[in-house]
Amino acid sequence: MTTAPNSPTYDVAGTQSRKGLGALKPARIVLYALLGLFCIYYLLPLYVMVANSLKPLEEITAGGMMALPKEWTIAPWQSAWSTAQIGVDATGLRPYFINSIIMVVPAVALSTLLGALNGYVLTKWTFRGATIVFGLLLFGCFIPFQMVLIPMARMLGLMGLAGTVPGLIFVHLVYGIGFSTLYFRNYYAAFPTELVRAAQIDGAGFFRIFWRILLPSSGPIAVVCIIWQFTNIWNDFLFGASFSDFDSQPMTVALNNLVQTSTGVKEYNVHFAGAIMAALPTLLVYIVAGRYFVRGLMAGSVKG
Amino acid sequence: MGFLDIKKATKSYGTLQVLHETNISVEEGEFLVLVGPSGCGKSTLLNMIAGLEDITTGEIAIRGRSMNGVKPADRNIAMVFQSYALYPNMTVAGNIAFGMEMHGIAKPEREKRIGQVADLLQISHLLDRKPGQLSGGQRQRVAMGRALVREPDVFLFDEPLSNLDAKLRVDMRTEIKKLHQKLGTTIVYVTHDQIEALTLSTRIAVMFGGYVQQLGTPKEIYDNPANMFVAGFMGSPSMNLFPARVVSENGQPAAEIKLATGSTAAIPFANDKLSSSVGRDIILGIRPEAITDRDGADRNSRAVHVVEAPVEVTEPAGSDTFVVSQVSGKDVTGRFRADVAVRAGETFPFAFNMEKAVAFDPQSENRIA
Repeated sequence: MTTAPNSPTYDVAGTQSRKGLGALKPARIVLYALLGLFCIYYLLPLYVMVANSLKPLEEITAGGMMALPKEWTIAPWQSAWSTAQIGVDATGLRPYFINSIIMVVPAVALSTLLGALNGYVLTKWTFRGATIVFGLLLFGCFIPFQMVLIPMARMLGLMGLAGTVPGLIFVHLVYGIGFSTLYFRNYYAAFPTELVRAAQIDGAGFFRIFWRILLPSSGPIAVVCIIWQFTNIWNDFLFGASFSDFDSQPMTVALNNLVQTSTGVKEYNVHFAGAIMAALPTLLVYIVAGRYFVRGLMAGSVKG
Repeated sequence: MGFLDIKKATKSYGTLQVLHETNISVEEGEFLVLVGPSGCGKSTLLNMIAGLEDITTGEIAIRGRSMNGVKPADRNIAMVFQSYALYPNMTVAGNIAFGMEMHGIAKPEREKRIGQVADLLQISHLLDRKPGQLSGGQRQRVAMGRALVREPDVFLFDEPLSNLDAKLRVDMRTEIKKLHQKLGTTIVYVTHDQIEALTLSTRIAVMFGGYVQQLGTPKEIYDNPANMFVAGFMGSPSMNLFPARVVSENGQPAAEIKLATGSTAAIPFANDKLSSSVGRDIILGIRPEAITDRDGADRNSRAVHVVEAPVEVTEPAGSDTFVVSQVSGKDVTGRFRADVAVRAGETFPFAFNMEKAVAFDPQSENRIA
């Protein structure tokens, strides 16, 4: 490799070769400085939230928003979790956190499973009009939430699920199927049909093939789907605010009620703690499942 | 009535007919190869036997029992796919056992049979591996093991060797043949490779355009092709097909051909089947091995005729040298012995073994003699 003096040289992987190392040092320092700056920029809100959730209210009102706590305390967290005034009761966020968990787990599991089943049927057991059905499901993905509020309220009322956690599960399930079907259909479209045929000849039926052959090979797409559904359902505010009662409100609505309290002093430190609590589960899903997601993608790319 | 009967079977997708009326009767223990270029309907026919595709009209019966509308699992067949179609999430043993498990065979019996098949195919050491950890040849063995263990009435193979490299393909071909001789099973085998068809089969169905062009033993197909498609498709290098005119020479019918020098030559036919066709234009078909150097000609043939023709190209291939000359505007290839001193540009005697010559009608492309 011949290069002009001072021009950097790179090998195939994009890493710097030995020859250009000295010449590039200042450029590299600038690069890292810039990246560091971006990191700070992105992480600053998180820092503010964490720092302020760990200091007494007086320190915030005194104007030290950016400073580290002088006096460290976890009282705001305790308050946000179990004693803060939310709506009419001083219950903290705990019951609503539990509501959200009870809502999100079945909604994610069921929508992922049904999406997988739909994808399986739409690719391996196609029927006349399958593309139209898929098109309609896709259309369902892109209907704005606001449009279905009133019909959905009526539906839930008729089913006797209005204002309950199962009602919320139903709403999220219906809304989630479109996306989960899209994911699984596209994934299974690349799944060799010969495997399904081999299983048919081996004597496996419709569900047996699904459970034994397709689902065990669906890891990566299932993770994508779960991350997507979990984030959406956990973070949803509109459906939660529209279709829940006081005792079935999800975390997002409760957090809003905590922050929007119009009486008394605004306890910013408690609000920050509550907001972090509301964000933690999705973060956790990303950290835990994201790794499998990347691993799944890698495995796929090598096998081709 | 045979073991596997295909009676007037057709297949259509809407108005498009991909398989025209087909009648094949396969005896028990036969090795039938369906061969043809892609899109000829051979895989469709195999899938119809397997039950993976419906039969539009007609009937397919195994052991006298009609299979129309019977699920693939209930036909007592096994299939080896081109991609092997091994279940990626199961071990080799799991793959082989899956079919038996679905058919409710008890575990001790399954283990016993897995052991037998693994021994037969020499894959015992691979039983705990996943398909992803196997080489192409090993996957091929596992796919065959999965089929064998079912002890089916009919084995179906869908281009099982086309994903292997050239050397392995030849090895596996031999092995499939050995397996068939040892087990005496009934096999229907689809391939586009005519060498595979000739080497493996007891009978061949050459297919093209949704029709069975010819059904016969490898020798019949090779020596007596029914039409120009079969003649050109089977054999490598393929049969020389070039225009000629039937003339009468000393009262015998002969083929008059035009050489590259501009002169003509008349080569007498080995029989007088074409004696009533004098003056007719035909397509003459002679395989490369029936056009040789003078000393390389078949000594048992009573109809070897030598024609001096200009050599256009020579292609030494180690064991033989292929020599090309222009006849009636077509390249005609002869198979000479390797050490014959023949050079491009010179005129050389070509020995035509007319016992092996066939004639086709230029319009219908069907065999006339």
